[in-house]
Amino acid sequence: MHIVLDDIHKRYGRVHANRGVSLEVRAGTIHGVLGENGAGKSTLMRILAGYTRPTSGRILLDGDEVRWRAPAEAVARGVGMLYQDPMDFLAMTALENYALGRRWVPPRELRRDLEARAAELGFTVHPEMPLERLTVGERQQLELLRLLSLGVRVLILDEPTTGISGVQRETLFAALRCLADEGRSVLLVSHKLEDVEALCDEITVLRQGAVSGRAERPFRTRELLEMMFGEPPAVPRKVGSTPGAPIVSFRNAWATGGRSGLRRCSVTIREGEVVGLAGVEGAGQNVFLRLAAGLNRPYRGAVEVCGAPVRAYRWLRQQGVAFLPAGRLEEGLVRGLTVLDHFALGRSRIPFLDPWRGARDRAEEGIRQYRIRGRPETPVEALSGGNQQRVLLALLPERPRLLLLESPTRGLDLESAHWVWEQLLAHKARGATIVFSSPELDEILMVAERVLVFHDGALVADVAAAETSVAELGSAIAGRAAPPPPSPDVSVTAVETP
Amino acid sequence: MRIRAFEILVAAGLVLLFTTAVLLLTGAPPLEAFALLVRGSFGSVSKLARVLTVWVPLTLCACGLIYTFRIGLWNIGVEGQVILGAVGATWALRAGAGHLPPGVLLALAMAAGVLLGAGWSLAAGVLRTRGGVNEIFAGLGLNFVAQGIVLWLIFGPWKRPGVASMSGTVPFPPGLWLPNFSWGRLSPVALGCAVAALALTAWLLGRTRVGLFLRAVGGNPRAAHLLGLPPERYLLLAMALAGGMAGLAGGIQVTAVYHRLIPAISSNYGYLALLVTMLAGFRLGPVAPIALFFAGLNVGSVQLPMALQLDSSLSGVIQGASVLAVLLAHGWDVRRARRQA
Repeated sequence: MHIVLDDIHKRYGRVHANRGVSLEVRAGTIHGVLGENGAGKSTLMRILAGYTRPTSGRILLDGDEVRWRAPAEAVARGVGMLYQDPMDFLAMTALENYALGRRWVPPRELRRDLEARAAELGFTVHPEMPLERLTVGERQQLELLRLLSLGVRVLILDEPTTGISGVQRETLFAALRCLADEGRSVLLVSHKLEDVEALCDEITVLRQGAVSGRAERPFRTRELLEMMFGEPPAVPRKVGSTPGAPIVSFRNAWATGGRSGLRRCSVTIREGEVVGLAGVEGAGQNVFLRLAAGLNRPYRGAVEVCGAPVRAYRWLRQQGVAFLPAGRLEEGLVRGLTVLDHFALGRSRIPFLDPWRGARDRAEEGIRQYRIRGRPETPVEALSGGNQQRVLLALLPERPRLLLLESPTRGLDLESAHWVWEQLLAHKARGATIVFSSPELDEILMVAERVLVFHDGALVADVAAAETSVAELGSAIAGRAAPPPPSPDVSVTAVETP
Repeated sequence: MRIRAFEILVAAGLVLLFTTAVLLLTGAPPLEAFALLVRGSFGSVSKLARVLTVWVPLTLCACGLIYTFRIGLWNIGVEGQVILGAVGATWALRAGAGHLPPGVLLALAMAAGVLLGAGWSLAAGVLRTRGGVNEIFAGLGLNFVAQGIVLWLIFGPWKRPGVASMSGTVPFPPGLWLPNFSWGRLSPVALGCAVAALALTAWLLGRTRVGLFLRAVGGNPRAAHLLGLPPERYLLLAMALAGGMAGLAGGIQVTAVYHRLIPAISSNYGYLALLVTMLAGFRLGPVAPIALFFAGLNVGSVQLPMALQLDSSLSGVIQGASVLAVLLAHGWDVRRARRQA
């Protein structure tokens, strides 16, 4: 289907999210929509999918103007969208989710249909499994199949590679290629250059709500980066240091949590190190971080932090340990409270004093220093994801001893991510230890001095970042290489980076 | 939940329509019934005193409920907390009569009411934080237990000499009654307690760390924990504050209104206060006027049976319809706003 978006504007109150965006997608092509966080990509796609109404502008499908009143209307006309946060029902099984949005079909027949479609695209489905037990990638595949079975001819994917494994990404890209070859149009929204470069025939770049450029294959990376950011972002520099005394040590620790828990983990991290935790989602990295933060307890073995067996999180926080969760609005910030309120929390010690006194100065300082697009009175849920992350970073203790960070740059574009790391590495330069997880190997190799690789709940590799490569880490993550597992009794010490 | 003035107007219209329809169905003249309601509640100074006597416990309970709603708890147990407050005050008065000067004893009785109410509320709170029992079920269960305790006391250990009866325990001597104003049956101490509760709540929630923390824990307990707050402690604090205020209401019912313990000592004011708080959109500002409106309906409807052969439960119909109408109007408004977005 031939799609034309003509001069689309969208205002949310004072925010002008789309400023006259025009876009054309030919049938049978994969079109990339590239841009940093807050560039207006998701808004534009939600307008095309009928989830949001434009303030002004036209949508033309094969030359006919359409006005959606609901996403279901768009699906009926063949336009379907895979949202960044999957819109599915966790308590229901895969098959039940698949049955949504269509007339009743006998379950056995529906199941055959689902399995046949999955086989065609090389997807794996578990029809009877509740969705909450599937990975994000598997849920995405299911939703894709559901949209296709509803006759969708235009497929919109919003940041589809966030939170899925490398293998799932390959499967997804092969499937999209195949769908485009069958004549469907695909729109791929991403802030990851490697995604759009690998897959797309054409790219439209958005910047601050407007089109800043277009490109066709072959792409030149430097040009794309300039369209996205104005100028290529600077890469933060590693700060070398000599590791000091042990600050985190795991001795044969076992714990539940995540997809596979954590099994027989023994490792020592020393003061001043920057340690990256690699692995597919739920392979044990986040359980590791939560154990070190005192949010989870080992059921066997021991975890010591700051020289003492790990205690409650509140106690550790007083020792200068800070934990940054990946779920910003789920675990990090409180919906309904303003930025100022967040700065007022946890600062004053006396229950009956005005906590906001003095908090305004700190909030304004934090907003300025962390370049948060918002005011002290802005409720946190009204901030964009990247700005929420900046608030969380601004709320970290001033002089932390140990930072435990879950995907600290999740959902941030390259420039913001680099900027965040500059701030975090500044903490390190003042003596802090940083342990972080990340789904991006490039990011781990860029900032970490030492990499711990987790596979299926076990620590399978412990290497110096300078002496490894994406390929080596990748195979360790997949559990293919078999490096000698760290022995339970000997703690592994970091290799110094010059 | 922020209720807009426009929504209140729509809701008031709905309630008026609905109530008129109900009255017409029962064959009563609607205008006369409404006039009776107004005259019966605000028609004279002594009637106003009676309205304020109802307003006091409603306001105390509603103030307490603001704390628990702020932290995201449904404190259905407020009814039982009122009852236990009344039990506490009665117990103190019985134990201290003749040993202590009346002024001191009355103060102690109020304190006992506050403590027992808070304790009863904390029981539900601990069941929630330690036992994983939803506070709605814990509160509801404890309400029945509280009612059982009152009946047991009235028909058992505290029964009247001779034969126990539903009319309650032996009244206290007038020396142990909270004094009234000269112009009506209303205790200045009770009125002062309610006003003080309003002021205290406004200050705690708006100007102190307690208010901010209650909102933070209510908004996202996990984030609050990660930001360094102790969520459980604040859950229990909110329960204790709510229970203490409800207990004070119970103590006032004993010392200022009934001067004894009766089976229906709470007069369902706890449940009614839940409606008041919901109607106020869980905010403190509208609590006082809405409680006054509800109290007026309760008092005004008392004479309906005599004048119009209507049951006084008309007040309950209007109160219930008000809450539903406001929620409905608010729901419409939100949906309209969302559709425009």
